[in-house]
Amino acid sequence: MTGMGIATRLWTLVLLLGATQTMAQASTTDLHVRVLAASCAACHGTNGVSVASTPSLAGMPSTQFRSRMMAFRASKTDADVMTQHARGLTAEEIDRLAVYFSALPAPR
Amino acid sequence: MKRREFINTLGAAWLGAGAWPLSVSAARNVRQARVVIVGAGFAGATAAKYLRMWSEYQLPVTLIEQNAQFVSCPTSNLVLGGSVQLSAITRSYENLIRKHGVTVRRETVLAIDPDRKQVRTATGPVSYDYLIMAPGISFDYSQLPMTQTDAAKARVPHAWKAGAQTQALARQLQHMRKGGVFAITVPPLPYRCPPGPYERACQVAWYLKQHNPTGKVLVLDANPGITSKRALFERNWAEHYAGLIDYQPGSELSAIDVDSGTVRTVFDTWKTDVLNVIPPQAAGRLALDTGLSNSEGRWCDVDFVTYESRNVPAIHLLGDSVDSGLPKSAHIANSQAKVCASSMIARLVGVQPDPLPVFANTCYSYVDDMSAMHVANVYRYDPEKKEMVSAQGGGLSAYPSAKEGADARSWAKNIWSDTLD
Repeated sequence: MTGMGIATRLWTLVLLLGATQTMAQASTTDLHVRVLAASCAACHGTNGVSVASTPSLAGMPSTQFRSRMMAFRASKTDADVMTQHARGLTAEEIDRLAVYFSALPAPR
Repeated sequence: MKRREFINTLGAAWLGAGAWPLSVSAARNVRQARVVIVGAGFAGATAAKYLRMWSEYQLPVTLIEQNAQFVSCPTSNLVLGGSVQLSAITRSYENLIRKHGVTVRRETVLAIDPDRKQVRTATGPVSYDYLIMAPGISFDYSQLPMTQTDAAKARVPHAWKAGAQTQALARQLQHMRKGGVFAITVPPLPYRCPPGPYERACQVAWYLKQHNPTGKVLVLDANPGITSKRALFERNWAEHYAGLIDYQPGSELSAIDVDSGTVRTVFDTWKTDVLNVIPPQAAGRLALDTGLSNSEGRWCDVDFVTYESRNVPAIHLLGDSVDSGLPKSAHIANSQAKVCASSMIARLVGVQPDPLPVFANTCYSYVDDMSAMHVANVYRYDPEKKEMVSAQGGGLSAYPSAKEGADARSWAKNIWSDTLD
């Protein structure tokens, strides 16, 4: 994907989505998850690549992300920071984040 | 793979790789828009980086900052405590310049001219199409004018903007007489970093335990009680710093003698050897001078989808200056910057910004050199109240721990990198 020009990438997306309207709708939902995911960067690093001991999220398989976040939500350890964050998100947001992070380039 | 899944994956890959679906005219809009950001703290620097990344490096961004380097307030209390060097919390703006192509100008901004859309600096005007201001906080000395002269500021540093004052205060602590009193005064809410003064009390007490065990920390708090992580601090002080920390709530300062270090509150007079007055706060001077503050005159109201000022719509405002109803923290500033960047680019390319932004906040306080505790929360935009409100979940640590200290150190490295690299 990298190395393609903006115009080429645009046309690829237009063809796949089928309509500008769909693109605008897809964009708003994707904007929401992108900003939400970006808020995770304070601990997990820009684009999900951690530079310290907090785990990276980039490239994590979506099933793994989803199951870890749902486990945090269901956990009895109320004082755990990830339990507290996971409970602040909707199940749909967790699904979208799972897909989002799975597509980011994993740390080398 | 189903078509929808493929599109989701592709869309995510696009967005994740920083790509943006730009039409030819939209791309031109982005390339020709001049964004100027005033203030390169957590909010301003993050906004600069993310505007560049999320516009595929098409959007010209100029970042104006008066300081040569970034010094982090989070972790700066450990410099006071003696376990961290100031150099370890000091970063340069080099990566913003070289990796992200931000134009960084080291200048003092004198004023904003919203009509001409110019930022007036000492070396001349800088024109903008879009302005983001992130001027941090200013200090209100009106009730304590005797702390306002340069000489007084040197004797009574606030060290509430990390840097030279942090080191000056650390030196005062190191030279304090045996059995001396190190006083910290806490202003009424809202102020930058609610748990900060109490973390400072821990750090000073930790230092005293080792180097000056008959010394004391006196906390004169204008608030009726500890404003953040209260039960955690109370228990930590009782368990580890009993006899070292004297906490006095409801103690707003009424007078100070800078030379003798004598402090008067409504009910009492206190003698101190080192006096750390953290003054009452307001939005950064530039925000106040530009007429961005609300009717109370201290903090600034914004639209929480775009961070546009409610007073001057073409100006965006981020960070501690904003009356957000949320704690004034680095993580909040960093998160706001991303909401602002996303919505700004969306409007430039003719796409609706996310109407319901959501972000998280995690804040760690160290009780000594190794152990820390957190408070965490998710916040959502409420379109009826037109403000960010607390989501479900959230909470505090059960107790401070070395494990959380390690988490805190990782948080710091990642947020510094996220903001500046």
